[in-house]
Amino acid sequence: MTAAALPHHAAEDGTEIPPILEVRELSVAYGTYRGSLQAVDHVSFDLWPGESLGVVGESGCGKSSMGRGLLQLLPPGAAVGGSVNLDGEELIGVDRRRLRKARGEDIALVFQEPMTRLDPLMRVSDHFVEAIRAHRPRTSKQQARHLAREALAQMGIPPTRVDSYPHEFSGGMRQRIMLALGIVLSPKVIIADEPTTALDVIVEAQILDLLDRMRSDEQVGLLLITHNLGLVAETCDRVAVMYAGRIVEIGPVPEVFAHPEHPYTQGLLRSVISVDTTELSSIDGSPPDLVTPPPACRFAPRCPARFDACDEVDPVLASVGPSHEAACLLHPGSDALASTPVVRPSAGGAA
Amino acid sequence: MGEASAPPTGNLWYRIDHALRPWRRANPMARWLVIIGLLITGLFAFLALFPNLVAPYGESQYQYVVGGTEDPEDLDVRCGTEAECEQVPRRIEPSKGFPFGTTAARFDVFSRVVHGARVAFSIVLLSTALAMGIGVPLGLFSGYRGGKLDRVLVTLMDAVYVIPPLLLAIIVAFVLQAYFDPGLASAAVAVGVVYVPQYYRVIRNHTLSVKEEPFVEAARSMGAKPRTIITRYVFFNVVQSVPVIFTLNAADAVLTLAGLGFLGYGVPFPRAEWGLDVSQALSDVVSGFWWTAFFPGLATMLLVAGLTLVGEGLNDIVNPLLRVRGFRGRVARRALPAASGAAASEPGPAPSEGTDTSTPGGIR
Repeated sequence: MTAAALPHHAAEDGTEIPPILEVRELSVAYGTYRGSLQAVDHVSFDLWPGESLGVVGESGCGKSSMGRGLLQLLPPGAAVGGSVNLDGEELIGVDRRRLRKARGEDIALVFQEPMTRLDPLMRVSDHFVEAIRAHRPRTSKQQARHLAREALAQMGIPPTRVDSYPHEFSGGMRQRIMLALGIVLSPKVIIADEPTTALDVIVEAQILDLLDRMRSDEQVGLLLITHNLGLVAETCDRVAVMYAGRIVEIGPVPEVFAHPEHPYTQGLLRSVISVDTTELSSIDGSPPDLVTPPPACRFAPRCPARFDACDEVDPVLASVGPSHEAACLLHPGSDALASTPVVRPSAGGAA
Repeated sequence: MGEASAPPTGNLWYRIDHALRPWRRANPMARWLVIIGLLITGLFAFLALFPNLVAPYGESQYQYVVGGTEDPEDLDVRCGTEAECEQVPRRIEPSKGFPFGTTAARFDVFSRVVHGARVAFSIVLLSTALAMGIGVPLGLFSGYRGGKLDRVLVTLMDAVYVIPPLLLAIIVAFVLQAYFDPGLASAAVAVGVVYVPQYYRVIRNHTLSVKEEPFVEAARSMGAKPRTIITRYVFFNVVQSVPVIFTLNAADAVLTLAGLGFLGYGVPFPRAEWGLDVSQALSDVVSGFWWTAFFPGLATMLLVAGLTLVGEGLNDIVNPLLRVRGFRGRVARRALPAASGAAASEPGPAPSEGTDTSTPGGIR
């Protein structure tokens, strides 16, 4: 990946900064009665400090599974494979204790639906005390409460309210509390899984503003999982488009939005509704059944630009512009046999 | 920052007020159930705590010093050495000196009933404590862990639950008799074992649903240990159902204890226990001495009724679905004059008035 094109990848003196999060061949599979369902299929990407990467795609494309897979926060019966390298430390395969330590302290996950993410019987301050003490058992209650007040004040919640119960807050305030909980341990990476889906536009703007500030002030890497393309256009540096468990296109936001190279991205962008929309557009069909995915290109059955090779060759990500990659056979290099330097094996095979 | 850090101890009244909110919103009927139940239970609790204040004789006292209210401890000594003792008359019907009459064994029935309250209460408390102490942690653990262990425990508890309570208590008492001297403790264990599955099942099922709550996942994403999740997050969300089971079980435990006593597997003879007294009085009933069986039986029934009323009433108050009816009725009534006064000329918004005004009515 040519890194120099983007501001986060190089320090001011020109040296290259290593990514904070290196994900290689990440796979998440769920066991079902019909067989294994590969919700995330050999996904690889990098995230630099202070950068925000948007992950977009239809429902059921594995966006949330990927977010959880990074933390290995999955239901029983699910398996994670591949490599998640956080600031030089491998997270897949470490023991549970180390993993628990990483959760919240190194990677924070901010969920959607803030209304149900706080324990109704615990005060807001107790949530902070619990979270802080889980990682720093020596912290006194007073210190933890002090940290909580600071984090909440940063989110615009007055310190007088730290002892209120979650039901005494509005939805926007609760989401800000969740964010405050996410940042109180100053993690290196924040995964925000549709953080604003249930909120109105004004609160949404506030939350995004907060995320943006944290990112620039504290050099946190932000992974924003959403299906709102407008949100990505506004807040993200790069965008990864996911389809059927794979990244089909990844690149800088202006580049991808101006020149989408994958037919799926083109279709997604066409479906966005704006003030000028006169006719609704959508992509026919629905994402494939991931227990028995299409043999070659997964988008082929729905693709308007499909040709014969699409049913035989499984495309891999190939460069289509400066740090812009797409996995479509329309572009030279996506044919796995022709592309040599790519580390990824033809996806779908054994890892 | 300093003043804000103080925990909110100042608004204790507010907190009490807040805690009593379900009570105020409850159906008036449910509140009366609880009040009557509490009065009856309170009366028996008083008897259990201070039996000697009420009972003129000890629980197994058959003689008394004439004209004196001496310490019953040295009664035998005094009656042995000095001749100023008199025996309690046999089978006297309820009269001034013996309000509930006396038994064939020269016991004062009234004193036996009063002392029986103490035995009943201590066994109920011990046995439910035992049932809770086993059932609640086991339910939490099994519900949270799931898997094979859960399956095994559920099957085991269901198997226990299938056996009729009294029969199970008898079996346990029988087994215990082989190893321990019968007494309060073994009777409590026999009664307590019966109620373990109830606590287990309720807690386990509740845990199953609470552990899927998003806030539990959120806690995990913050790096909480399983132990923390169970004790801090799941437990407090699950424990609310315990008080209601407790009061209902307590009533049932009184009956089970009486049944055990009646069959002779409960507390051994000289102790005053209602079921035992009823069984002792069996032969009296045919001869027309009704009071020896009637009063212990009445006491049993009253205590069971009292505890059941508390349990049912609490259930109505704690369960918001049952609570809502009484709440809405009251608020509508309170809100109606104000609403009709304000919007008398406008018939349009009147139907929505009741729901709108319910908010201020509910907050204060």
